[in-house]
Amino acid sequence: MDGRKTPLYEEHVKLGGKIVNYAGWLLPVQYEGLVPEHEAVRNQAGLFDVSHMGAIRVAGKEAEKFLDYLLTNDISKMNDNQVVYTFMCYPHGGVVDDLLTYKFNNEEYVLIVNAANIDKDYDWIMDKKEGFDVEVENQSDETSILALQGPEAVNILQKLVDIDLSEIKSFYLRRDVKVAGINCMISRTGYTGEDGFEIYVDNEGVLKIWNELLEVGKDFGLKPAGLGCRDTLRFEATLPLYGQELSEEINPLEAGLKFFVKLKKEADFIGKEALVKMNEEGLKRKMVGFELKGRGIPRDGYEVQKDGKVIGHVTTGYMSPTLKKSIGNALIDINESEIGNEIDIMIRNKPVKAVVRDRKFLQNR
Amino acid sequence: MKVMKDLYYTKDHEWVKVEGDLAFVGIADFAQSSLGDIVYVELPEVDDEFDKEEAFGAVESVKAASDVFMPIGGKVVEVNEELIDDPALLNSDPYENWMIKIEIKDKAELDELMTSEEYEKFLAEEE
Repeated sequence: MDGRKTPLYEEHVKLGGKIVNYAGWLLPVQYEGLVPEHEAVRNQAGLFDVSHMGAIRVAGKEAEKFLDYLLTNDISKMNDNQVVYTFMCYPHGGVVDDLLTYKFNNEEYVLIVNAANIDKDYDWIMDKKEGFDVEVENQSDETSILALQGPEAVNILQKLVDIDLSEIKSFYLRRDVKVAGINCMISRTGYTGEDGFEIYVDNEGVLKIWNELLEVGKDFGLKPAGLGCRDTLRFEATLPLYGQELSEEINPLEAGLKFFVKLKKEADFIGKEALVKMNEEGLKRKMVGFELKGRGIPRDGYEVQKDGKVIGHVTTGYMSPTLKKSIGNALIDINESEIGNEIDIMIRNKPVKAVVRDRKFLQNR
Repeated sequence: MKVMKDLYYTKDHEWVKVEGDLAFVGIADFAQSSLGDIVYVELPEVDDEFDKEEAFGAVESVKAASDVFMPIGGKVVEVNEELIDDPALLNSDPYENWMIKIEIKDKAELDELMTSEEYEKFLAEEE
């Protein structure tokens, strides 16, 4: 199999990981199994190698000004050491990527971007920085990243650090933290809907941290977790996946993520005009949740129909390991988006009955 | 990878066991292993007719859905209802737990399939 390897590739193989090619990277889709790993994250903790993701540093006198223009969230309101979720949009409002913005100070930020979009994002940022006093550096190749997620994550990580982790609040970062004696940046962030930390370290240090976390984690029920459960976990937690809930063709308003698009912020940003207009005129289609009433498993790309007419498509669907039923997200005609509306999901050319519901799957099971 | 003798196999990892004019059809060990834990099985109705290589059902894990194709053409005379309530049976023994029983349309189509020896060679090349 062709593809790039993270520094932990051999460990994944040793642990029995089923290796797949994801966005050009050779990573485990699962080790023990998707469901046990998913359940471990919800009930104890799971450890993910997410080193394939990208890290792009933006620094300089006009870093804040540039990022407030590049990104849809209000960057000027960020505190030092805060992390915000945001989008880079095209002028027409479609999404270049969704990402996390880490602020060290007004003149230094790091953008954590999707693995599949690293080159596209870097080229986009380099193009848009014309006229701003900033430097942009793609640090993806030198940055390894681990995600430790679950109710026991804080107790496990606490064993390997000297600082009091309760001081780091959700969506905040701390630099120069020694994890297993190795210098890291950590943030209280994650993509699973559980408490947890993401650990950023040089490639040379990640192996020791991976192994020590697994070792101290044994007493807490920590399992290594793969890409398979990463997707089922984020889906249940109502988190979007670029390429499914968001894309060049699906804008943040349609995706129900208006909260992260500050249309009223003072700064102009790429896509602002188009999104303001869309917001005023009203959306034509909307992301909804649904629950299957008939037998089957809905999957991304499946058509949604109502009375024999196509009204949209499934963006993500699963037999949910936590809810134990078939649920999904669908982007459909706004006129059909009312909760309780009966729709049909086309599974292998046969309509299967479903009902529109809210997307807070974990809170409202 | 377990390969049962006396069965015929397809490149898509389905198997056929012939019993006179009837045949059992299922998925091979390689297929259940690739899928991981199977959580859903879709089976056709009795009396449905399918051509060779036509999809007659599906097998799904949490992660992925996989169509299952007819190794040879025929008419469904029985479906294994046990798989509906317990899809994991396909993981525990994909040869014992057949999916459908068919009336063979044309026995000559068996000649186009792989024997167990040929399938073993095929698997070795795939690795």
